[in-house]
Amino acid sequence: MEIRAENLRKSYGGKAVLAGFSAVFPPGITCIAAPSGTGKTTLLRLLLRLEAPDSGCVAADCRWAAVFQEDRLLENLSAAANLRFALGAVPPEAAALLESLGLPPEDAQPVRTWSGGMRRRLALARALLAPSDALALDEPFTGLDAESRARCLERIREAGKKKPVLLVTHDLTGLEDLPVLRLDSAWKGGANETI
Amino acid sequence: MALAAAYPHGGLLLASPVRVLVRLMELLPSAAFWQAVGNSSLRIFGGFLLSCVLAIPLAALAAGSRWVRELLAPLAAVVKAAPVASFIILALVWLDAGSLSLFISALMVFPPVYLNLLEGLRRTDPKLLELARVYRIPFRRQLWGIYLPQALPYVRSAASLALGLCWKAGAAAEVIGLPAGTIGERLYTAKVYLQTPDLFAWTVVILVLSALFEKVFLAVVDALAGKVGG
Repeated sequence: MEIRAENLRKSYGGKAVLAGFSAVFPPGITCIAAPSGTGKTTLLRLLLRLEAPDSGCVAADCRWAAVFQEDRLLENLSAAANLRFALGAVPPEAAALLESLGLPPEDAQPVRTWSGGMRRRLALARALLAPSDALALDEPFTGLDAESRARCLERIREAGKKKPVLLVTHDLTGLEDLPVLRLDSAWKGGANETI
Repeated sequence: MALAAAYPHGGLLLASPVRVLVRLMELLPSAAFWQAVGNSSLRIFGGFLLSCVLAIPLAALAAGSRWVRELLAPLAAVVKAAPVASFIILALVWLDAGSLSLFISALMVFPPVYLNLLEGLRRTDPKLLELARVYRIPFRRQLWGIYLPQALPYVRSAASLALGLCWKAGAAAEVIGLPAGTIGERLYTAKVYLQTPDLFAWTVVILVLSALFEKVFLAVVDALAGKVGG
Protein backbone atom coordinates (compact mmCIF):
# COMPACT_ATOMS: atom_id res chain seq x y z
CA MET A 1 0.00 0.00 0.00
CA GLU A 2 1.16 3.53 -0.72
CA ILE A 3 -0.07 6.84 0.66
CA ARG A 4 -0.75 9.53 -1.92
CA ALA A 5 -1.23 13.19 -1.04
CA GLU A 6 -2.44 15.40 -3.86
CA ASN A 7 -2.14 19.16 -3.91
CA LEU A 8 -2.83 19.62 -0.21
CA ARG A 9 -3.47 23.19 0.90
CA LYS A 10 -4.02 24.27 4.46
CA SER A 11 -4.09 27.74 5.99
CA TYR A 12 -4.69 28.97 9.51
CA GLY A 13 -5.98 32.50 9.89
CA GLY A 14 -5.01 33.37 6.34
CA LYS A 15 -1.45 32.07 6.78
CA ALA A 16 -0.62 29.23 4.41
CA VAL A 17 1.02 26.30 6.18
CA LEU A 18 0.86 23.92 3.24
CA ALA A 19 0.33 25.26 -0.25
CA GLY A 20 -0.06 22.59 -2.88
CA PHE A 21 1.79 19.71 -1.25
CA SER A 22 1.83 16.49 -3.27
CA ALA A 23 3.74 13.33 -2.53
CA VAL A 24 3.57 9.56 -2.77
CA PHE A 25 4.80 7.56 0.20
CA PRO A 26 5.54 3.92 -0.70
CA PRO A 27 6.19 1.19 1.88
CA GLY A 28 9.37 1.99 3.81
CA ILE A 29 10.48 4.77 6.04
CA THR A 30 10.28 8.36 4.84
CA CYS A 31 11.85 10.93 7.11
CA ILE A 32 10.20 14.31 7.14
CA ALA A 33 12.57 16.99 8.33
CA ALA A 34 11.91 20.68 8.60
CA PRO A 35 12.35 23.65 10.90
CA SER A 36 9.59 24.38 13.41
CA GLY A 37 6.40 25.85 12.02
CA THR A 38 6.83 24.59 8.47
CA GLY A 39 3.85 22.27 8.54
CA LYS A 40 5.24 18.84 9.50
CA THR A 41 2.58 18.20 12.11
CA THR A 42 -0.11 19.73 9.92
CA LEU A 43 0.87 17.36 7.12
CA LEU A 44 0.58 14.36 9.45
CA ARG A 45 -2.78 15.59 10.75
CA LEU A 46 -4.10 15.89 7.20
CA LEU A 47 -2.83 12.42 6.32
CA LEU A 48 -4.38 10.99 9.50
CA ARG A 49 -7.60 12.79 8.57
CA LEU A 50 -7.70 14.60 11.88
CA GLU A 51 -8.16 17.80 9.90
CA ALA A 52 -9.60 18.44 6.48
CA PRO A 53 -7.43 20.23 3.93
CA ASP A 54 -8.68 23.50 2.43
CA SER A 55 -8.24 21.74 -0.89
CA GLY A 56 -6.55 18.63 -2.25
CA CYS A 57 -6.95 15.11 -0.98
CA VAL A 58 -5.29 12.11 0.58
CA ALA A 59 -5.85 9.14 -1.67
CA ALA A 60 -5.66 6.25 0.75
CA ASP A 61 -8.26 5.08 3.18
CA CYS A 62 -5.80 3.13 5.21
CA ARG A 63 -5.70 2.21 8.83
CA TRP A 64 -3.11 4.32 10.62
CA ALA A 65 -1.26 3.97 13.87
CA ALA A 66 0.54 7.00 15.20
CA VAL A 67 2.89 8.46 17.73
CA PHE A 68 1.79 12.02 18.33
CA GLN A 69 3.88 14.96 19.51
CA GLU A 70 2.58 14.15 23.00
CA ASP A 71 2.50 10.63 24.44
CA ARG A 72 -1.32 10.60 24.79
CA LEU A 73 -1.36 7.81 27.36
CA LEU A 74 -3.99 7.17 30.03
CA GLU A 75 -1.98 8.36 32.99
CA ASN A 76 -3.68 6.30 35.69
CA LEU A 77 -3.39 2.99 33.88
CA SER A 78 -0.51 0.56 33.58
CA ALA A 79 1.34 -0.07 30.31
CA ALA A 80 -0.69 -3.24 29.67
CA ALA A 81 -3.98 -1.43 30.37
CA ASN A 82 -2.94 1.36 27.99
CA LEU A 83 -2.32 -1.22 25.27
CA ARG A 84 -5.66 -2.88 26.04
CA PHE A 85 -7.40 0.49 25.79
CA ALA A 86 -5.92 1.34 22.40
CA LEU A 87 -5.79 -2.12 20.84
CA GLY A 88 -8.63 -3.98 22.55
CA ALA A 89 -6.28 -6.63 23.91
CA VAL A 90 -2.60 -7.01 24.68
CA PRO A 91 -1.11 -8.80 21.65
CA PRO A 92 1.02 -11.89 22.37
CA GLU A 93 4.09 -10.17 20.91
CA ALA A 94 3.70 -7.17 23.25
CA ALA A 95 5.91 -8.48 26.06
CA ALA A 96 8.81 -9.16 23.70
CA LEU A 97 8.46 -5.76 22.01
CA LEU A 98 8.26 -3.89 25.31
CA GLU A 99 11.36 -5.72 26.55
CA SER A 100 13.22 -4.97 23.35
CA LEU A 101 12.43 -1.29 23.93
CA GLY A 102 13.75 -1.54 27.49
CA LEU A 103 10.31 -1.40 29.15
CA PRO A 104 9.08 -3.69 31.95
CA PRO A 105 6.10 -5.57 30.44
CA GLU A 106 4.73 -6.77 33.79
CA ASP A 107 4.89 -3.42 35.59
CA ALA A 108 1.44 -2.79 37.08
CA GLN A 109 2.25 0.78 38.13
CA PRO A 110 0.34 3.60 36.42
CA VAL A 111 2.38 5.07 33.60
CA ARG A 112 2.34 8.47 35.31
CA THR A 113 5.03 7.03 37.59
CA TRP A 114 7.24 6.26 34.58
CA SER A 115 9.95 8.56 33.24
CA GLY A 116 9.32 10.68 30.14
CA GLY A 117 11.55 8.40 28.03
CA MET A 118 9.71 5.26 29.13
CA ARG A 119 6.36 6.82 28.33
CA ARG A 120 7.61 7.86 24.91
CA ARG A 121 8.75 4.31 24.19
CA LEU A 122 5.38 2.98 25.34
CA ALA A 123 3.63 5.36 22.93
CA LEU A 124 5.86 3.98 20.17
CA ALA A 125 5.20 0.38 21.25
CA ARG A 126 1.46 1.06 21.07
CA ALA A 127 1.82 2.30 17.50
CA LEU A 128 4.04 -0.63 16.48
CA LEU A 129 1.65 -3.19 17.98
CA ALA A 130 -1.53 -1.71 16.53
CA PRO A 131 -2.88 -3.42 13.42
CA SER A 132 -2.22 -0.79 10.75
CA ASP A 133 -1.44 -0.18 7.09
CA ALA A 134 0.78 2.83 7.77
CA LEU A 135 2.60 4.52 10.62
CA ALA A 136 2.85 8.23 11.38
CA LEU A 137 5.54 9.01 13.93
CA ASP A 138 5.83 12.61 15.08
CA GLU A 139 9.18 13.12 16.85
CA PRO A 140 9.15 9.61 18.38
CA PHE A 141 12.66 10.01 19.82
CA THR A 142 11.86 12.99 22.05
CA GLY A 143 13.41 12.53 25.48
CA LEU A 144 15.26 9.32 24.58
CA ASP A 145 18.94 8.68 25.26
CA ALA A 146 21.18 7.31 22.50
CA GLU A 147 20.70 3.67 23.50
CA SER A 148 16.89 3.89 23.69
CA ARG A 149 16.82 5.80 20.43
CA ALA A 150 18.82 3.04 18.72
CA ARG A 151 16.45 0.35 20.08
CA CYS A 152 13.41 2.28 18.91
CA LEU A 153 14.92 2.93 15.48
CA GLU A 154 15.62 -0.76 15.03
CA ARG A 155 11.93 -1.58 15.66
CA ILE A 156 10.80 1.23 13.37
CA ARG A 157 13.03 -0.10 10.59
CA GLU A 158 11.40 -3.51 10.99
CA ALA A 159 7.96 -1.94 10.64
CA GLY A 160 9.17 -0.02 7.57
CA LYS A 161 9.80 -3.28 5.74
CA LYS A 162 6.05 -3.93 5.60
CA LYS A 163 4.31 -0.55 5.37
CA PRO A 164 4.79 3.16 4.81
CA VAL A 165 6.29 4.84 7.86
CA LEU A 166 6.32 8.63 7.99
CA LEU A 167 8.93 9.68 10.49
CA VAL A 168 8.91 13.33 11.46
CA THR A 169 12.13 14.29 13.18
CA HIS A 170 14.43 17.26 13.51
CA ASP A 171 17.43 15.03 14.24
CA LEU A 172 18.48 12.78 11.37
CA THR A 173 21.29 11.03 13.26
CA GLY A 174 21.29 7.33 12.31
CA LEU A 175 18.77 7.94 9.54
CA GLU A 176 21.25 9.01 6.85
CA ASP A 177 20.44 6.03 4.62
CA LEU A 178 16.73 6.85 4.49
CA PRO A 179 14.89 9.12 2.06
CA VAL A 180 14.27 12.53 3.54
CA LEU A 181 11.48 14.87 2.62
CA ARG A 182 12.56 18.37 3.58
CA LEU A 183 9.69 20.70 4.20
CA ASP A 184 10.71 24.33 4.13
CA SER A 185 9.39 27.61 2.89
CA ALA A 186 10.08 26.59 -0.74
CA TRP A 187 7.38 23.92 -0.39
CA LYS A 188 4.77 26.49 0.17
CA GLY A 189 4.86 27.53 -3.42
CA GLY A 190 3.59 24.11 -4.41
CA ALA A 191 5.61 21.04 -5.13
CA ASN A 192 5.37 17.45 -6.21
CA GLU A 193 7.51 14.77 -4.82
CA THR A 194 7.73 11.05 -5.20
CA ILE A 195 9.73 9.47 -2.47
CA MET B 1 -47.52 32.03 81.24
CA ALA B 2 -48.94 28.76 80.07
CA LEU B 3 -45.95 28.26 77.77
CA ALA B 4 -43.52 29.12 80.50
CA ALA B 5 -45.29 26.61 82.74
CA ALA B 6 -45.02 23.95 80.05
CA TYR B 7 -41.26 24.54 79.74
CA PRO B 8 -40.09 25.02 83.34
CA HIS B 9 -36.42 24.40 82.39
CA GLY B 10 -36.51 26.46 79.17
CA GLY B 11 -36.19 24.73 75.78
CA LEU B 12 -39.10 26.32 73.99
CA LEU B 13 -36.86 28.22 71.58
CA LEU B 14 -33.76 26.06 71.83
CA ALA B 15 -33.57 22.50 73.04
CA SER B 16 -30.39 21.48 74.85
CA PRO B 17 -28.22 18.84 73.14
CA VAL B 18 -28.95 16.45 76.00
CA ARG B 19 -32.73 16.77 75.55
CA VAL B 20 -32.37 16.32 71.80
CA LEU B 21 -30.27 13.21 72.35
CA VAL B 22 -32.74 11.83 74.88
CA ARG B 23 -35.61 12.46 72.46
CA LEU B 24 -33.67 10.75 69.67
CA MET B 25 -33.13 7.73 71.88
CA GLU B 26 -36.85 7.65 72.56
CA LEU B 27 -37.66 7.86 68.86
CA LEU B 28 -35.15 5.27 67.67
CA PRO B 29 -36.91 2.09 68.85
CA SER B 30 -40.32 3.09 67.47
CA ALA B 31 -41.58 1.62 64.22
CA ALA B 32 -43.05 5.01 63.25
CA PHE B 33 -39.55 6.51 63.32
CA TRP B 34 -38.14 3.97 60.89
CA GLN B 35 -41.23 4.22 58.72
CA ALA B 36 -40.77 7.99 58.46
CA VAL B 37 -37.06 7.57 57.73
CA GLY B 38 -37.80 4.91 55.11
CA ASN B 39 -40.57 6.85 53.39
CA SER B 40 -38.62 10.09 53.23
CA SER B 41 -35.37 8.42 52.17
CA LEU B 42 -37.13 6.50 49.43
CA ARG B 43 -38.70 9.63 47.98
CA ILE B 44 -35.84 12.06 48.43
CA PHE B 45 -33.03 9.74 47.37
CA GLY B 46 -35.35 8.40 44.67
CA GLY B 47 -35.66 11.98 43.41
CA PHE B 48 -31.88 12.28 43.42
CA LEU B 49 -31.45 9.08 41.42
CA LEU B 50 -34.25 10.02 39.03
CA SER B 51 -32.57 13.36 38.42
CA CYS B 52 -29.21 11.66 37.78
CA VAL B 53 -30.85 9.27 35.33
CA LEU B 54 -32.21 12.28 33.42
CA ALA B 55 -29.26 14.65 33.84
CA ILE B 56 -26.48 12.24 32.80
CA PRO B 57 -27.75 11.40 29.28
CA LEU B 58 -28.92 14.99 28.76
CA ALA B 59 -25.48 16.32 29.73
CA ALA B 60 -23.91 13.79 27.34
CA LEU B 61 -26.24 14.97 24.57
CA ALA B 62 -25.65 18.63 25.38
CA ALA B 63 -21.86 18.14 25.35
CA GLY B 64 -22.12 17.04 21.74
CA SER B 65 -24.89 19.35 20.58
CA ARG B 66 -25.08 23.11 20.88
CA TRP B 67 -28.78 22.92 20.11
CA VAL B 68 -29.51 20.71 23.15
CA ARG B 69 -27.22 22.90 25.28
CA GLU B 70 -29.09 26.06 24.36
CA LEU B 71 -32.46 24.36 24.81
CA LEU B 72 -31.65 23.24 28.35
CA ALA B 73 -29.74 26.34 29.49
CA PRO B 74 -32.85 28.40 30.46
CA LEU B 75 -34.38 25.44 32.32
CA ALA B 76 -31.24 24.86 34.36
CA ALA B 77 -30.86 28.59 35.04
CA VAL B 78 -34.49 29.02 36.19
CA VAL B 79 -34.43 25.97 38.48
CA LYS B 80 -31.09 27.09 39.91
CA ALA B 81 -32.24 30.63 40.69
CA ALA B 82 -35.97 30.35 41.59
CA PRO B 83 -36.97 29.83 45.26
CA VAL B 84 -37.71 26.21 46.08
CA ALA B 85 -40.95 27.26 47.89
CA SER B 86 -42.35 28.57 44.60
CA PHE B 87 -41.78 25.19 42.95
CA ILE B 88 -43.26 23.34 45.92
CA ILE B 89 -46.47 25.38 45.89
CA LEU B 90 -46.75 25.11 42.13
CA ALA B 91 -46.10 21.35 42.20
CA LEU B 92 -48.77 20.88 44.87
CA VAL B 93 -51.31 21.95 42.24
CA TRP B 94 -50.21 19.18 39.89
CA LEU B 95 -49.07 16.38 42.16
CA ASP B 96 -50.28 14.54 45.23
CA ALA B 97 -48.42 15.12 48.47
CA GLY B 98 -46.74 11.71 48.26
CA SER B 99 -44.95 12.47 44.99
CA LEU B 100 -44.12 16.05 45.90
CA SER B 101 -40.82 15.45 47.70
CA LEU B 102 -39.63 13.08 44.96
CA PHE B 103 -40.38 15.67 42.29
CA ILE B 104 -38.90 18.59 44.22
CA SER B 105 -35.68 16.81 45.14
CA ALA B 106 -35.30 15.65 41.53
CA LEU B 107 -35.86 19.21 40.34
CA MET B 108 -33.31 20.69 42.74
CA VAL B 109 -30.68 18.07 41.91
CA PHE B 110 -30.97 18.46 38.15
CA PRO B 111 -29.07 21.76 37.66
CA PRO B 112 -25.91 20.92 39.65
CA VAL B 113 -25.62 17.38 38.22
CA TYR B 114 -26.41 18.44 34.66
CA LEU B 115 -24.23 21.57 34.66
CA ASN B 116 -21.23 19.98 36.40
CA LEU B 117 -21.28 16.91 34.21
CA LEU B 118 -21.64 19.04 31.10
CA GLU B 119 -18.64 21.09 32.18
CA GLY B 120 -16.64 17.90 32.79
CA LEU B 121 -17.54 16.40 29.43
CA ARG B 122 -16.74 19.63 27.59
CA ARG B 123 -13.27 19.56 29.13
CA THR B 124 -12.56 16.08 27.76
CA ASP B 125 -9.04 16.02 26.39
CA PRO B 126 -9.40 16.47 22.60
CA LYS B 127 -5.98 14.89 22.11
CA LEU B 128 -7.18 11.62 23.62
CA LEU B 129 -10.26 11.77 21.40
CA GLU B 130 -7.96 12.15 18.38
CA LEU B 131 -5.98 9.14 19.57
CA ALA B 132 -9.26 7.20 19.78
CA ARG B 133 -10.15 8.28 16.26
CA VAL B 134 -6.82 7.25 14.74
CA TYR B 135 -6.74 3.90 16.55
CA ARG B 136 -10.47 3.37 15.85
CA ILE B 137 -11.24 2.75 19.49
CA PRO B 138 -14.92 1.80 19.94
CA PHE B 139 -17.13 4.21 21.87
CA ARG B 140 -17.64 1.84 24.79
CA ARG B 141 -13.89 1.75 25.43
CA GLN B 142 -13.65 5.53 24.96
CA LEU B 143 -16.38 5.93 27.56
CA TRP B 144 -14.43 3.87 30.06
CA GLY B 145 -10.97 5.24 29.27
CA ILE B 146 -11.57 8.87 28.33
CA TYR B 147 -15.01 10.22 29.21
CA LEU B 148 -15.60 8.61 32.62
CA PRO B 149 -12.24 9.56 34.15
CA GLN B 150 -12.83 13.10 32.94
CA ALA B 151 -16.44 13.31 34.13
CA LEU B 152 -16.25 11.48 37.46
CA PRO B 153 -14.55 14.25 39.49
CA TYR B 154 -17.28 16.62 38.28
CA VAL B 155 -20.00 14.07 39.11
CA ARG B 156 -18.44 13.66 42.54
CA SER B 157 -18.51 17.35 43.39
CA ALA B 158 -22.01 17.71 41.89
CA ALA B 159 -23.31 14.73 43.89
CA SER B 160 -21.83 16.09 47.09
CA LEU B 161 -23.63 19.39 46.56
CA ALA B 162 -26.84 17.86 45.20
CA LEU B 163 -27.33 15.31 47.98
CA GLY B 164 -27.36 18.10 50.57
CA LEU B 165 -29.70 20.14 48.38
CA CYS B 166 -32.17 17.32 47.78
CA TRP B 167 -32.56 16.60 51.50
CA LYS B 168 -33.13 20.29 52.22
CA ALA B 169 -35.64 20.74 49.41
CA GLY B 170 -37.27 17.33 49.91
CA ALA B 171 -37.85 17.92 53.63
CA ALA B 172 -39.26 21.39 52.89
CA ALA B 173 -41.63 19.82 50.34
CA GLU B 174 -42.78 17.28 52.92
CA VAL B 175 -43.38 19.99 55.52
CA ILE B 176 -45.60 21.84 53.04
CA GLY B 177 -47.23 18.82 51.37
CA LEU B 178 -47.54 16.76 54.59
CA PRO B 179 -47.48 13.24 53.12
CA ALA B 180 -48.35 10.76 55.87
CA GLY B 181 -45.56 8.92 57.70
CA THR B 182 -42.65 11.08 56.60
CA ILE B 183 -39.97 13.13 58.32
CA GLY B 184 -41.56 16.32 56.97
CA GLU B 185 -44.85 15.47 58.62
CA ARG B 186 -43.08 14.80 61.92
CA LEU B 187 -41.25 18.12 61.65
CA TYR B 188 -44.54 19.92 61.05
CA THR B 189 -46.20 18.20 64.01
CA ALA B 190 -43.26 19.15 66.21
CA LYS B 191 -43.63 22.76 65.13
CA VAL B 192 -47.40 22.87 65.66
CA TYR B 193 -47.18 21.40 69.16
CA LEU B 194 -44.05 23.41 70.05
CA GLN B 195 -42.12 20.17 70.59
CA THR B 196 -38.74 21.80 70.15
CA PRO B 197 -36.67 18.73 71.11
CA ASP B 198 -38.58 16.74 68.48
CA LEU B 199 -37.92 19.44 65.91
CA PHE B 200 -34.19 19.34 66.67
CA ALA B 201 -34.13 15.55 66.82
CA TRP B 202 -35.72 15.21 63.38
CA THR B 203 -33.36 17.86 62.02
CA VAL B 204 -30.44 15.81 63.32
CA VAL B 205 -31.95 12.76 61.60
CA ILE B 206 -32.07 14.66 58.30
CA LEU B 207 -28.45 15.78 58.71
CA VAL B 208 -27.32 12.23 59.48
CA LEU B 209 -29.25 10.76 56.56
CA SER B 210 -27.89 13.41 54.19
CA ALA B 211 -24.32 12.74 55.34
CA LEU B 212 -24.83 8.97 55.17
CA PHE B 213 -26.24 8.99 51.65
CA GLU B 214 -23.46 11.33 50.54
CA LYS B 215 -20.79 9.07 52.00
CA VAL B 216 -22.24 5.93 50.41
CA PHE B 217 -22.78 7.54 47.01
CA LEU B 218 -19.31 9.10 46.95
CA ALA B 219 -17.76 5.77 47.95
CA VAL B 220 -19.46 4.21 44.91
CA VAL B 221 -18.17 7.03 42.67
CA ASP B 222 -14.65 6.67 44.11
CA ALA B 223 -14.72 2.90 43.60
CA LEU B 224 -15.71 3.49 39.98
CA ALA B 225 -13.02 6.16 39.56
CA GLY B 226 -10.41 3.66 40.74
CA LYS B 227 -11.34 1.31 37.91
CA VAL B 228 -11.26 3.71 34.99
CA GLY B 229 -8.31 5.21 33.14
CA GLY B 230 -7.41 8.82 32.43
